[in-house]
This record gives sequence, C-alpha cells and structure tokens, in this order.
Amino acid sequence: MANLSVEFVLQQLLNGISIGSIYALIALGYTMVYGIIQLINFAHGDVMMIGAYVGWYCTAVLHMPFLPALLTAMLACSLLGVVIERVAYKPLRRSTRLAALITAIGVSFFLEYGMMFLVSPQTRTFPPVFPQTIYHVGPLNIKYGDIVIITVTLALMALLTLVVKYTRIGKAMRAVSFDKDAAALMGIDVNNVISATFAIGSALAAAAGVLIGVYYNTIGPLMGIMPGLKAFVAAVLGGIGIIPGAMLGGLALGLTEVLVSAAGFSTWRDAGAFLILIVVLIVKPTGLLGANTREKV
Amino acid sequence: MLQLENVHVYYGAIHALKGISFHVEEGEIVTLIGSNGAGKSTALKTISGLLRPREGTMTYVGRDLTAMSAPGIVRLKLSHVPEGRRIFANMTVQENLDLGAYQRRDAQGVKKDAAYVFELFPRLRERRTQVAGTLSGGEQQMLAIGRAIMSQPRLLLLDEPSMGLAPILVQQIFDIIRTIRREGTTILLVEQNARMALSVADRAYVLETGRIVLEGGAEELMSSPEVRKAYLGG
Ligand SMILES: Nc1ncnc2c1ncn2[C@@H]1O[C@H](COP(=O)(O)OP(=O)(O)OP(=O)(O)O)[C@@H](O)[C@H]1O
Ligand SMILES: [Mg+2]
Repeated sequence: MANLSVEFVLQQLLNGISIGSIYALIALGYTMVYGIIQLINFAHGDVMMIGAYVGWYCTAVLHMPFLPALLTAMLACSLLGVVIERVAYKPLRRSTRLAALITAIGVSFFLEYGMMFLVSPQTRTFPPVFPQTIYHVGPLNIKYGDIVIITVTLALMALLTLVVKYTRIGKAMRAVSFDKDAAALMGIDVNNVISATFAIGSALAAAAGVLIGVYYNTIGPLMGIMPGLKAFVAAVLGGIGIIPGAMLGGLALGLTEVLVSAAGFSTWRDAGAFLILIVVLIVKPTGLLGANTREKV
Repeated sequence: MLQLENVHVYYGAIHALKGISFHVEEGEIVTLIGSNGAGKSTALKTISGLLRPREGTMTYVGRDLTAMSAPGIVRLKLSHVPEGRRIFANMTVQENLDLGAYQRRDAQGVKKDAAYVFELFPRLRERRTQVAGTLSGGEQQMLAIGRAIMSQPRLLLLDEPSMGLAPILVQQIFDIIRTIRREGTTILLVEQNARMALSVADRAYVLETGRIVLEGGAEELMSSPEVRKAYLGG
C-alpha cells in the first residue's frame, strides 16, 4: 500500500476510467446482441481484433488520420458483424441455445486463426497516431490518449443512447428485443433489425479495437480474447441485455482492476475482477441494473 | 376481401387447423367463436403471417398471402391485435402508437390518426408518456387496438379483445368495435364471449378442434339450439 496519496488515487481513477470505457464499448455489443436474440456472441472480442487490424492498416499503411481510420474500421466491422450473423447464427435461430453458443465459439476460433493465417501470428506495432503529449493538470498526468479514449467512448455511448431512444430503428430494436412476434405484427422486419443490431454492436467493438491499438501500441490476432472476456463480465455485471448496464459494468470493472493493482495486488487484478462478478451475481443475480427487466436493449 | 380455402396448420406434429375455409367481405364484422384450443388464435396468426399453412390457400384483396411475411402483410393494410394484447410494456403509450405506424412515412397522417386514437380512447391521451406496462388491463387492450389503428388497417383481426375485462369495459370495447367498422374498417373478431361476439357480428363461424362445424348469420346462430347449448349457456 505504498504512497496512497490523493494524487495517486486520482491518477488510478483516471486510468480505470480509460480502460473501463473500452470494456464498456465492447460490452455494449454483447449486451445488445443478447438482448435481441439471447445469444452470447463469443466471437465479439475477435470482431474487436479485426477492427484493430483495419485501424492499423488504415493508419500504418494508408497513412490515414485517426478519425477516418476509426470510421473505416467501424464500417468494415459492421459489415463483418452482419455477415457473421447471416451466415453463422441466423440458420440456427430456431435451434437450441447450446448449438448457437458452440457456433459462436467456432466463429471466434475461425476469426483468430484465420487472421493468424492471413496476417501472421506476429504482433504489430501501431504507428504513433497521437502526439505523446502528457498534460499535467495539478497533480495528474493526463495522456493525450486518455482524453481521446474517454471522448470517443462518451460520444459513441451518447450517440447510441439517442439512437435507441429516439430513432425509428432504435424503437424497432427495443420492440424486437421485447417481443419478436408483436414486433412483426407492427410491420417490423425482424431479420433486418437483428442485422442492424449486429452492425451497431460490431462497429462499437471496432472502435474499441482501434482505441486499444493506439493506446497500447501493439495488436495481435489473439488480442480480442482477454478484453472480450472482460467485456462479457462487464455486460453480465451490469445486467445482460441492459444498455446502461453495460456502460456501468465496464466502468466498474475497469476501476476495480486498477484499484486492485494500485493496492499492490497487481497479479490479482484479473482474479479481483472475476471475484467481484461472482459476489455481485450472488447478491444480485440479474446484475447491477437488472432489477426491473423492463428496459431491455 | 379475405378468403381461406382448405387451410391446414401444424405445430410440429400437432394438427391445429384441419382444412378450414371461410371468407370475410368488405365492410363486415365476422366472428370466429369456439372453446379453448379450438384453433381460433392459430387461424389469426396464420392470416397475419406469424404461422405458415402447410396446405391450402389464403387470398386477401386479390393477393396470395400464403408465402408472405408478416411485415409484407401489414403493408397490405391488414392488422392483427393478438391475444393477450402483447403491447410493448417497457415503452410509453406514445412509443407503442409510433410502432403501430412503423411502416408509414406520412408524418402528418400519423399525427392525425394518433389524434383519432386519443379521441376513441381519451384515457390513453392522459397516459401518453406513461410506461405501457403500468396501464390497467382495459387500458392495455385499448392501447393494443389503438396501436393497430395507427397502421390504417382495411381489415382488422381482433383476438379476444374482451378477455379478462370487467363487464362495463367489455361493453365499451364492443362499442369501439362498432365505431371502427362504421369508419370503414372490416373486422374479423375471435371471441370466447360468444354472446357479445354474435351481438356485434354480421356473420359467424364456429370452430371446434381445428374444424369449422357451423356457419351462418349472427342472429341465426344466436338462436340455433347447438350454439345456445354449447356457447351461450343453454
Ligand atoms: N406454440 C404452440 N405449440 C404447440 N401447440 C400449440 C401452440 N399454440 C397452440 N397450440 C395448440 O393448437 C391448438 C389450437 O390453439 P389456439 O391457441 O389456436 O386455440 P384457441 O382457439 O385460440 O384457444 P383459446 O380460446 O384458449 O385462446 C391447441 O390444441 C393448442 O394446444
Ligand atoms: Mg386463442
């Protein structure tokens, strides 16, 4: 418990918010897909990895600036998400959940090892997309990257919230997630709405992938596994199927990790995260925001 | 307007509709009565595209419905108020009505129809921003009907709109059904409350374990001994 000063805690909180908001971005895709077809899309972390590679290609090879690279990765992964759903999950929509789950694990392996084959298992280094500036705000050291991560995730979450609440497709998504037959009777094309959900979730994962790439500088074909798992934990922690839950769960997880490390137990960081999950689920099996199942998707 | 010819529907191995044929003409109120498990809801779900017939034909305004998807059928101005209301309980009254108008692009017309729904059901206007799951059973039924009206149906399928409602509300719902017909919408009504259904309908079909066993004018069936015995309590 070395030098537990106010500055130190604040600094760790900042780091926790950065990493937590990335978990939250990925968790949103898990939770939206679960909300709409009750599938744990285990390939979701790997979609994030593909997003990181697209971002890397755009910046390192095509020398695109950050924002266009981010948008390209999001667009590419939204298409990938739609294709994965149509090819792998849609044919199984009426089969057991176990069959769909195993298929998702299969898709995950396919993406990981397909990428190893295509781009080699070697990790790659992201070019320095941002200035390595560090701002000293009072006692805090704020990296340029922290500001970008927090700004981008906040903007995307705000946008998602507005889309789900106010737009036609957002209302359709909530309707399909609540009752597919009733939604179809409103004239909603349920298949299109499911595709749109995969597209949006995968685009958010791609954004997370690019942010991880620029923040940590290295990417590799297996980089999606751990963040994917953590984001899944975050989604369950917040209450799977609940959008604000995924945001809260991601932040809670990021902060926990950082605080466990800061307390001097850095080797216990991941264990601490899962311990919290277990405790929360024992106390509240539906997750932090899962009290009322009214607000799905 | 709507014709079913020898329609067979299965749930897996269960043969739920065993070759039913009936028709509904423009401007009519036709009712389908029968006891629990007769296949009434199955018939409506098949017409609106939630289920597919294994055999038989269904035509509506000259179009073949048998292979059409549910959204495609809504586009033909055929709307289905399902059994148990199935409102979106996690959304507001207004959002439910918006979803009823999902396929429409004429914002002005949608506004006008919302005003019409609130005129039919003033209770809903007061509760516009309320979450629909907190409405009373009667209000939920009103919302389910209002939501269907938002799609401007030419033919409206109603599955047991009186289910679980107090007598005064049942009366109110049946008054609304008459009003909707007067405004030019044709109605196919499924009911267990045979007395009320026959009192509002022009014609009726009696369904028993997947088959139509009786048909005729509503008044005629009302006075038929079989119907009196089986469905009107003697
Ligand atoms: N999803 C389903 N799976 C299997 N069998 C079903 C399903 N839905 C209905 N059935 C069966 O089909 C038959 C007809 O059911 P249906 O719901 O159409 O009856 P109903 O006339 O609407 O009855 P009620 O008045 O109780 O609503 C019943 O025997 C029922 O058990
Ligand atoms: Mg029924």
